[in-house]
Amino acid sequence: MKPLLIAVYAATLLMAGCSRKSNQPAPLQSTATGTAIVESSGGKQIGYAGMLLDQPVVVQVNDASGNGVAGTAVYFSGPAGVSFAPAAALTDSSGQVTSTVELGQQAGRYKIVASTRDKSGKAIDLSLDEIALGYQQTVGAQLNTQYCVRCHDPESTPQRVSNMDNLSVKPHPFTEGDTLNKMSDADLVAIISHGGPALNKSPQMPPWGYTLSKSDIAALVSYIRAVADPPYQAGGLVYAQK
Amino acid sequence: MKNNLHALWQLFFGDSARAFGSASVILLVLLAVAPAKNHFSQWRHYQKQYLHLIRGRADAVTLERHFQGGIQQIWIPEQQVTDRCTTCHLGMKEASLADVSSVAFREHPVIPHKLTEFGCTTCHRGQGAATTVEEAHSATEQWEQPLLPAKYIEAGCGQCHLENQTGTPFLNQGRQLIVSYGCTHCHTIKQGDGTYVTPDDDPPSLKHIADKTTREWVYAWIKDPQAYAGTATMPNYHLSDDDARDVSAFILAQSTPLEPPLQPVKADTKTPADPAAGTSLYGQSFCASCHAMQNAAGMMVGGNVGPELTGIGTKAKPEWLQDWVANPNHYDPGTMMPHYRFDAAQVATLTGFLESKVEPDFVANVHLDAATPEQVEHGKRLAVENGCASCHEINGIKKPENFAPELSRIGSKPLNQLIFVEGVEHSLPGYVAGKVRNPRAFGPSLKMPQFKFTPQQIDAITTALLALTDRAQSQPPTMRIASVQQSKYQPAGNAGQLMGDLRCFTCHMINGHGGDMAPDLTWEGTAVQREWLTQFLKNPETLRPALIRRMPKFNLRDAEINTLADYMMTVYQTPEFDRDSLPVSQFNPAQVEQGRQLFYSKFACQSCHIADYKNDKGYIGPALAATGKRFNAAWVYYWLKDPQALRPGTIEPNQHMTDDEARALTAFLMSLKSGGAQGAMKK
Ligand code: HEC
Repeated sequence: MKPLLIAVYAATLLMAGCSRKSNQPAPLQSTATGTAIVESSGGKQIGYAGMLLDQPVVVQVNDASGNGVAGTAVYFSGPAGVSFAPAAALTDSSGQVTSTVELGQQAGRYKIVASTRDKSGKAIDLSLDEIALGYQQTVGAQLNTQYCVRCHDPESTPQRVSNMDNLSVKPHPFTEGDTLNKMSDADLVAIISHGGPALNKSPQMPPWGYTLSKSDIAALVSYIRAVADPPYQAGGLVYAQK
Repeated sequence: MKNNLHALWQLFFGDSARAFGSASVILLVLLAVAPAKNHFSQWRHYQKQYLHLIRGRADAVTLERHFQGGIQQIWIPEQQVTDRCTTCHLGMKEASLADVSSVAFREHPVIPHKLTEFGCTTCHRGQGAATTVEEAHSATEQWEQPLLPAKYIEAGCGQCHLENQTGTPFLNQGRQLIVSYGCTHCHTIKQGDGTYVTPDDDPPSLKHIADKTTREWVYAWIKDPQAYAGTATMPNYHLSDDDARDVSAFILAQSTPLEPPLQPVKADTKTPADPAAGTSLYGQSFCASCHAMQNAAGMMVGGNVGPELTGIGTKAKPEWLQDWVANPNHYDPGTMMPHYRFDAAQVATLTGFLESKVEPDFVANVHLDAATPEQVEHGKRLAVENGCASCHEINGIKKPENFAPELSRIGSKPLNQLIFVEGVEHSLPGYVAGKVRNPRAFGPSLKMPQFKFTPQQIDAITTALLALTDRAQSQPPTMRIASVQQSKYQPAGNAGQLMGDLRCFTCHMINGHGGDMAPDLTWEGTAVQREWLTQFLKNPETLRPALIRRMPKFNLRDAEINTLADYMMTVYQTPEFDRDSLPVSQFNPAQVEQGRQLFYSKFACQSCHIADYKNDKGYIGPALAATGKRFNAAWVYYWLKDPQALRPGTIEPNQHMTDDEARALTAFLMSLKSGGAQGAMKK
């Protein structure tokens, strides 16, 4: 009987050690509860494997009438390797909690969860997707910034004015999975290498096959696949909590 | 108890037959230990799991054929690689296993190198020869280099690649930060190829500082540089009020007056007749290409080549501003700032404008009594102790040698040579990041000052430092991709002197020397027409509508413009072709028309360029409406045929045109002569 007990105890210890509890800090004392948790900002970011996301994740706990609730405990959790700072906090006066996120070591899509409890103690979860680029997609991301983004992204920044408005045929941002997911890899390679006419599209999409290498173009394709929203089915691994 | 033991002995060794039997069993068991250990070893367990995994997959047969049991090893003696990682990581080369969730068996993500040529530990670190998970991945007593966390993985690339690479943005950023924050003023970094990392933050000389600013400002600045300008790269030394008082006393006391001395400000520049004149002259001179300033809406606008100017009126004395605007070489012969040819009225206007940019709060609470000799003496001691002269020229203090530890091999530093403190992870990356984040946490008496970096910048700098390994120093030179080093090119003669005075090289690259903010001018003489060049130097027009950085208007005299134009037109010529080899007179109207068709339909150039301001809108590339006045036809032709051949790295796509197409397009572009310096850019 005794050995059995010891074995059970050891196994429990082992399991406790293995399952990453580090994301789950001591419970906080909520002074109020909300009925919903919503994203303020920071979801669907394009980050890099193992690295901090550029922007923190900001979530808000609301009451039934949609106003922020202060003093509510919010817990962040994610698949193994994702870390949050802080992993738990009380909402501020506007009902918000801000956490910086470091993604796991592998490229892919990470599902992270912000969670709070309602009056009855029931958990209310908000799930957010974040993207971690690997080496090849990072190359693609850099090439995109250098060669493509000014036509393909409608947003302007102080350093970079979007050229999209100046085109008579509007290209798609690469995140537009609805359109890009329907194109095969071969089609993507064709239009990027030989320009719009390769797929009977506008020559306003120039050919890049004599400027970029084959591996550059493969990198662009893998980037386009990685950032698609909705996700491309074969776009890589999805990491979620077990 | 004793009886029991005796009975046991009797049972197994009571007579010779029993003894022999028992001994044989024991021997057998002992003999079996080694194979059993082997049989139950971790890696066998992984190989079994792997086989189990692949047998359930559609391409099981192929995968099984690739599978080789037993210990696997990548052995590359000249790189000191003996990596057995592939004993367990069995799917590294299997493209069909890209979707496997276990890292152990997944295909290695796409990288430009072959596993068999570089091994695993070259980039990932860890103990290559180990055959257990623990020993291979983690730090053990005999082996201090655990696996490198993924966020620093670009450090692996940086051991061989000293150049900027597309795929390593963090390594590039970290190296850039090390250069622009001047880390190597104090720390020596010698790279594997023997070159030294040199800072480019250009800290000012303090030899005449009293001409420029007040002791109060110096005091407030050393207490917190970033309170004056968020972009300031000078770190915080966390000096006490008394120490800052004494250092400011010394800094002012050592200052000597400029020769010849500054002139008093003549008129009352602070209350100009036309208050808008300063703003518009600041704008016309494109000061914002290099300097940032907060605008009325509180937005920071401008470049970061020179210091931020939001509070310049609080910092600089009027007579210094006047002198500096008139000719910065007087105060600082090594400055990156060009010598504009402002006339006296313009100097007064700009001086008044800059004087009005004040941040009185910055010095509002600084009240200093006149310094005593003891304070000055103590201040000097502090300046020596803190290594101020590592960065700044200071009268009476020599630049210290090796003021801080050399970092050339910091990426291989043995942990037992490092002192860890509470809150810093016990690993090399933890130590390096901790030092960059908060150096004083390692001991209050340590001298390294506090920089203001974001967590992301700290990771980038740590990546760049971790690339400085023993391997980076000792590997065969053939493995190394050198960084692009600046050449020593200096143009000769009058033109050379003029180009130095105007600081052309702050922005333009010529023959491998200079900045990358503006186009490379190495072959400018082949590209453009002399007429256009002189016009442009007189009155730079906006060539690229979408760029914020613009060529400044220097107010050059005609003779100066001629000197520059003559020099550039004769010297900056490509050897590849003759600029006069394609006379425009060869082109006929049919060709021009064919070119127009190609421009608007086949190649859709109007996506990025403007040929006609009425209809075209594209503004990624330069406007082409005045090509016929600006360029030489041969340059246009060869550019169209292969843009990267004339300017490596340009983003203009090579359209793979036929000779006929390129000629027709050249004919069309050369027929465009509208606009010019003025008028064209009305939009
Ligand atoms: C000069 C502007 C421009 C640049 C630069 C540009 N594109 Fe495009 N691209 C377009 C236009 C316009 C279309 C739409 C063509 C059509 O639908 O007829 C397009 C279409 C595409 C498509 C097909 C999907 C879609 O959006 O309709 C892909 C894929 C694509 N581009 C990739 C790239 C890549 C990769 C780069 C950078 C190497 C790039 N493009 C650079 C203008 C541009």
